[in-house]
Amino acid sequence: MAITPAEVGRLAELARISMTPDELAQLAPQLEVILESVARVTEVAAGDVPPTSHALPLTNVFRADEVTGSLPVADVLAAAPAAEDDRFRVPRILGEQA
Amino acid sequence: MNPLLMLTASELSQMLRAGEVSAREITAAHLDRIAAVDGDIHSFLAVDSERALATAEALDDRRAAGEELDELAGIPIAVKDLFCYTGLPTTAGSRILEGWRPPYNATLTERVLDAGLVVLGKTNLDEFAMGSSTESSGYGPTRNPWDRTRIPGGSGGGSAAALAAFEAPLALGTDTGGSIRQPASVTGTVGVKPTYGATSRYGVIAMASSLDTPGPCARTVLDAALLHRVIAGWDPRDSTSINAAVPDVVGAARRADVKGLRIGVVKEFGGEGYQPGVEQRFREALSVLEGLGAEIVEVSCPHFDYALATYYLIMPAEVSSNLARFDAMRYGLRVGDDGERSAEEVMSLTRGAGFGAEVKRRIILGTYALSSGYYDAYYGSAQKVRTLIVRDFEAAFEQVDVLVSPSTPTTAFGLGERIDDPLAMYKADLCTIPSNMAGNAAGSFPCGLSPDDGLPVGFQVMAPALADDRVYLVGAALEAELGRRWGGLLIDQLASREVSA
Repeated sequence: MAITPAEVGRLAELARISMTPDELAQLAPQLEVILESVARVTEVAAGDVPPTSHALPLTNVFRADEVTGSLPVADVLAAAPAAEDDRFRVPRILGEQA
Repeated sequence: MNPLLMLTASELSQMLRAGEVSAREITAAHLDRIAAVDGDIHSFLAVDSERALATAEALDDRRAAGEELDELAGIPIAVKDLFCYTGLPTTAGSRILEGWRPPYNATLTERVLDAGLVVLGKTNLDEFAMGSSTESSGYGPTRNPWDRTRIPGGSGGGSAAALAAFEAPLALGTDTGGSIRQPASVTGTVGVKPTYGATSRYGVIAMASSLDTPGPCARTVLDAALLHRVIAGWDPRDSTSINAAVPDVVGAARRADVKGLRIGVVKEFGGEGYQPGVEQRFREALSVLEGLGAEIVEVSCPHFDYALATYYLIMPAEVSSNLARFDAMRYGLRVGDDGERSAEEVMSLTRGAGFGAEVKRRIILGTYALSSGYYDAYYGSAQKVRTLIVRDFEAAFEQVDVLVSPSTPTTAFGLGERIDDPLAMYKADLCTIPSNMAGNAAGSFPCGLSPDDGLPVGFQVMAPALADDRVYLVGAALEAELGRRWGGLLIDQLASREVSA
């Protein structure tokens, strides 16, 4: 199962991580080794075994629907990379590729 | 070394209550120690001297006024830099969160503050808790106090090294695949991963949410139990928190009696890849427990051999989803916001610049495992094998009360030794991962120095979910008997080296 730097590049795009050609070239063979190793799980994963997504199954955990205070706006915006008019200022979102 | 530094939290607590020492003196002694040794060890990413001293003084005043305080009130603690704590940066060891000051406290931070513990500062970790050596920290590695050319384990290497270097008597850690137990093992300290859901994840920066478990780190079993009692318990702000009574871990640590206890040795965890000195000390610890009246049997858990592979599919899948929140919009680093680039371009540039190699590796791996066409083969299969691992535990716990193994296959390896070989690094968590998969309780306890390199070896105890007390029972019995033979704790041998030097 050969993984090419171009394939890693596609995954990096999906994951929204900008990576240099050097990083892609280094990661490709590492991913290949890791994926070969983890593919072992298919040896024992028979069709009739139910999946486990959580160690201790808890279902329908609800809290009371009560109004509580939220964090002060100033405290939250103090940690923002950019703020304007009591809001997060973000780069343009239109004109992107889908 | 100031003699106060070598005392356990339990001993310090007795002295505080007897009025023989003040919280301020204890805190000052630890801050002085940090100033003296941390340039070398690098356990801490941030030290909070002023607030720690002020907190300690306030506690002394409250005690003087006759107020009833928690047993751990006035005891210093080091907090892994994954727990949100206002007033200091919380970085998760990542450059993407450099200087980020959280606007709220984690539930566990609140609990230690409410109990009157004195937070000394935030400890180093592998970036976002991803690693077994602290070498993936964006702020440089921590060094092992036993041998400064070796790793202190990871991800919680900063917390474990702070204990072993006598910079703090207690610490908080988190364990997703072994990040409390493996550092404890390689530093000769105690670390317990409670039952999943027994300790709240609220305000703890997430790695893999179905596995992440905060827990106590200490130099003795009783100290770990005292901290466990403070931090465990239901939290309505964490939907996976268990609403059940916390087992009597302190009572178990004090009882320290394994007579008649059935102890199962996991057959799969030994042999090839295990350091002979580690296996020797592990076997000796088994004889110690047998001598104390425990019944030792061998148990096979055939799917534990698949745990590492299962983990490296489930964990990266959860990582790729959890770390999507670092989008450069609401907090943390933002790179390339020049008025021209789009939000998506800025997000990619920021993540490219802010994440280190191991974090990128895991996000990409998770993205691959979850992508259409591979989902069933990888993530789907891994979830099934997770069931098989849970069943192995269930079958084993029908025959025995606890399972045991070495905590990690080797002693502390050299800094730099595995950094370019991810698979070799991942194998440090070979023995610890099954308990994360099943969500049960497990701990690592010192069982001697390996005869081949003179470095600490850890003994792992695994117990069924919600039976955390059994982990402490076995750990405490082992600690007490080995302590009689050694004339003290294993870590005291490190302290006496420093004194003689």
